[in-house]
Amino acid sequence: MLRLIVTRLLDAIPTLVMVLILVFVSLRILPGDPAQVALGEQATPDQLNLFREQMGLNAPLWQQFFSFGWNMLSLNFGKSLINGTPVIDLLAQNLPYTIELTLVATLIGLCIGVPMGVFAAVNRNKAPDTGARLYSLIGYAVPDFYLGALLLIVFSLNLGWFPINGGGDGFVDGIYHVLLPAITLAALKSAFLGRLTRTALLEVLGKDYVRTARAKGADENRVIYRHGLRNALLPLTTGLGLSILSTLSGSVPVELVFNRPGIGSLLINSIAQRDYPVIQAGVVMFAFFVVIINLAIDLAYVLVDPRIRVK
Amino acid sequence: MMSNAIQELEAVPPNVSRFHLIQRIILGKPATVLAALIVLIFIIIALLAPVLAPYDPLAQSYLKINLLPSPDNWLGTDQFGRDILSRLIWGSRNSLIFGLVSPTLAAIIGTFLGVTAGYFGGIVDRLLSRVIDMLLAFPELLLAIMIAAVLGGGFWNIIAVITVAFIPGFARVARATTLAVKQEPYVEAATAVGVSTPVIILRHIVPNISSSIVVLLTLWTASAIRLEASLSFLGLGTQAPNPSWGNIIRDGLNNVFGSPWPIVGAGVGITVVVLAFNLIGDAVRDVLDPEIGQ
Repeated sequence: MLRLIVTRLLDAIPTLVMVLILVFVSLRILPGDPAQVALGEQATPDQLNLFREQMGLNAPLWQQFFSFGWNMLSLNFGKSLINGTPVIDLLAQNLPYTIELTLVATLIGLCIGVPMGVFAAVNRNKAPDTGARLYSLIGYAVPDFYLGALLLIVFSLNLGWFPINGGGDGFVDGIYHVLLPAITLAALKSAFLGRLTRTALLEVLGKDYVRTARAKGADENRVIYRHGLRNALLPLTTGLGLSILSTLSGSVPVELVFNRPGIGSLLINSIAQRDYPVIQAGVVMFAFFVVIINLAIDLAYVLVDPRIRVK
Repeated sequence: MMSNAIQELEAVPPNVSRFHLIQRIILGKPATVLAALIVLIFIIIALLAPVLAPYDPLAQSYLKINLLPSPDNWLGTDQFGRDILSRLIWGSRNSLIFGLVSPTLAAIIGTFLGVTAGYFGGIVDRLLSRVIDMLLAFPELLLAIMIAAVLGGGFWNIIAVITVAFIPGFARVARATTLAVKQEPYVEAATAVGVSTPVIILRHIVPNISSSIVVLLTLWTASAIRLEASLSFLGLGTQAPNPSWGNIIRDGLNNVFGSPWPIVGAGVGITVVVLAFNLIGDAVRDVLDPEIGQ
């Protein structure tokens, strides 16, 4: 078990190094003066000099890379070019909102998707199955920011049931603020999770041991949940991981729609303002997320499937 | 969804591709016929935008701000007095161009990389597979945002960003199917009689992995259209004032009290086109790779 965790952790290192190289090279590979490219045409010489100094652009390239890598790994992201706030503070302010949104959305998505998938599988090729299929077809097609905009217009602006923007203060207010953005993401992710649950469960229900369970007169609910769903957990774990990742990337446009703080809106706003230290930190942050989530999925396999533990 | 498609296609031995299958694909189910018709209509709208659009999509007028729908402006006007219908019609161009061009480029580059890795093996294969696996760990939108964050907007940059986001998937499928085809007796026979490597690859490998690539290409056209819309919505794709469905919704959100029509119109456009391409993609998969149709 411990060995597995350590191997997976070591496996994640090349991914992080690659992202660091990508971010490092992208700033320097572009034609022209990197400071000028990053700051734009209107930048004053003072700003250009400050930028070069902050990003360490005056040192030799190899030295630049190592100090850059070290800074990123030790979470020393520098200061925002716009208002001088340390980038780490900006990240710390925004991070909880993105995590909150991703968690709540995934939870709601699971609560809708899994029962829907079970219901569709049990009623295969009947009305509920067709309904679930239609739902998933539309769920794949509707962009999250469009659904978010519609929900915002209907439930916040017209009906006034939900707040228009912001992240909320305190736990209760926070949940109140996160609900509509989370439902937006969950509605679409549940289409995927529902489809996956249906496929996985149908496959398991065709197995010999399920027939045996039925033959010995087990209760149908017991067959579906104990024998069926439990064994469908492995493909579902993969699906859940993919779903968390796509919820995370969907959080970027959704944060923008609901004018909600978070790493996504921080990154997008800093791109608009050409605030390069913040852009770098945001990109590296998302890479960290992806690596951590993939790691968590791998470990979840071990919990779900004892056979992997033995290998 | 993306990774699912990859796993399914990797697992299946490639079929022989036959282009008269197109008929069977499109006429197979009523839903696919409808989807093909919808795609055709949108392509015609995009091509004929200069003729169909009643107004210049960029022409602003302070006398016509936030007008309600009327016989003059069927969907009304936005906060700059621009005709919404004209913007939606021109916007379809950008959405479709990126949706069609980028996956095609990604398929060509990805197939090249995947076949190279799969056929020659060795250190090139190990390195390439490693990089592909790493890239595949990222959701395509996140990967695109990260690349766009450092590259910036502009037509060619958007093409590059969306293309790069899809290359890993194509490369992985091309590599896996190449490994399978390489084992086939006819490839062994060709090698034995001394056919040169480039000819083996072009005549024997590529045609036999093409059906998997075509399936992926149709499925991901829909994803690419969504991706472009998302990027434009985030301000990283098509740049204002040029219309694309994504940035029309962005503009619309800043003017929700003025007019809901930009959001509704562009959103319906994206949804319908993506749905249609998804249905066609499913149909193509069912015919070319029947075993994974479930």
